[in-house]
Amino acid sequence: MIEFHLDTRSGLPPYRQIVDQVRRALRLGLLEEGDQLPTVKDVVGQLAINPNTVLKAYKELEHAGLVTPRPGVGTFVTATLRDASVAAHGPLRRELLRWFAKARRAGLDEESIEALFRDTFRASAEQDIA
Amino acid sequence: MTAVLDTDGLGKRYRRRWALTDCTLKIPAGRVVGLVGPNGAGKSTLLNLAVGLITPTCGRIDVLGTLPARGSAELGRVGFVAQDTPTYSGLSVADHLRMGARLNPGWDRQFAEDRIAQLGLDPAQRAGKLSGGERAQLALTVAVAKRPELLVLDEPVARLDPLARREFLQSLMEVVADQGVSVVLSSHLVADLERVCDHLIILVASRVRLTGDVDQLLATHHLLTGPRRDTDRLPADLHVVQESHTDRQSTLLVRTEAPILDPAWTVGQISLEDLVLAYMSQARAGASNNGHRRLTGVPR
Repeated sequence: MIEFHLDTRSGLPPYRQIVDQVRRALRLGLLEEGDQLPTVKDVVGQLAINPNTVLKAYKELEHAGLVTPRPGVGTFVTATLRDASVAAHGPLRRELLRWFAKARRAGLDEESIEALFRDTFRASAEQDIA
Repeated sequence: MTAVLDTDGLGKRYRRRWALTDCTLKIPAGRVVGLVGPNGAGKSTLLNLAVGLITPTCGRIDVLGTLPARGSAELGRVGFVAQDTPTYSGLSVADHLRMGARLNPGWDRQFAEDRIAQLGLDPAQRAGKLSGGERAQLALTVAVAKRPELLVLDEPVARLDPLARREFLQSLMEVVADQGVSVVLSSHLVADLERVCDHLIILVASRVRLTGDVDQLLATHHLLTGPRRDTDRLPADLHVVQESHTDRQSTLLVRTEAPILDPAWTVGQISLEDLVLAYMSQARAGASNNGHRRLTGVPR
């Protein structure tokens, strides 16, 4: 079972935050097929949010084919977002860390590093599309 | 589906002062409605009319399809927690439940006792000795255990500390999830309302300034910034709620059903809190402007 949290300063509507948190948990393997999502009553009792917000989030996850409600029982995970590439995350992360260290040594501050990373990432994504 | 609250031209006058004027609303069932507005705007008057504690001076009000508090059957369908969540300080927690059971034919004893146990309240404790948060929870328990279809709460969390406030709203939302009860609650705490409400009524100076489903209100209001522009030359379907100008720049809060296509504008989203504040300050500006109404397109 996972627990949701709300970031009231994120600017994202609460239902979107719940959807994102489920998707992230699916991607990271925190949620797997057959797992149950917290009941609507549990979520609203914990977060003090409107039940319709939770229902809306669960409905969107259902439309995406990720969960299925079982009436009277709860909502269950029926698909995974975890792909085979997870094994490659470790080495790639280490390479990125080395690159970040290199960038700092070259005198770039946090903002410049982030800007350079984003810019290059976008450029490479555009190249792939083209 | 019958509206939980349906009013038409509703007004209430105390001596020479109108506390509520020309109030026309239709609130669908199953909503959690936030009622906001400055002190003295008429929030309590509207809620007291809805529960039948006072009668209208003019206009019509239907609650759950009938006149408010017409008979004992109607009284049982509406739960009410008045301002400052009053309890009988000389009576014990158990006395409150016994009284609730005597006065309400549909009383759910099991629910009431379970909730008191869950809250960790001592049934023998006198209500006067409870903390503010505990008193509010007791008042909520009594109002909910009668199994109403509509729950009316007048500033239930105004005097609670942040933790007690959060716990109260958690309890309230559990009740909504569990029993599907409709709720109308007034509060100054827009951040709380943003979490719990899916419908909003903004009341300023005895008039309804804005009402609607929160999602819809947020989707139809936009914050526009761009080069300075005269608001008279905007498209007709763009209603300006609030505007400010510098010598170069204009910032507008607008309401429109149509998408903003003009590339000169940078379009931003607005939070519920900013939306509420804009309508409240707009009304104030209108009032100080010698009655000249800057309001445009006040939706009903």
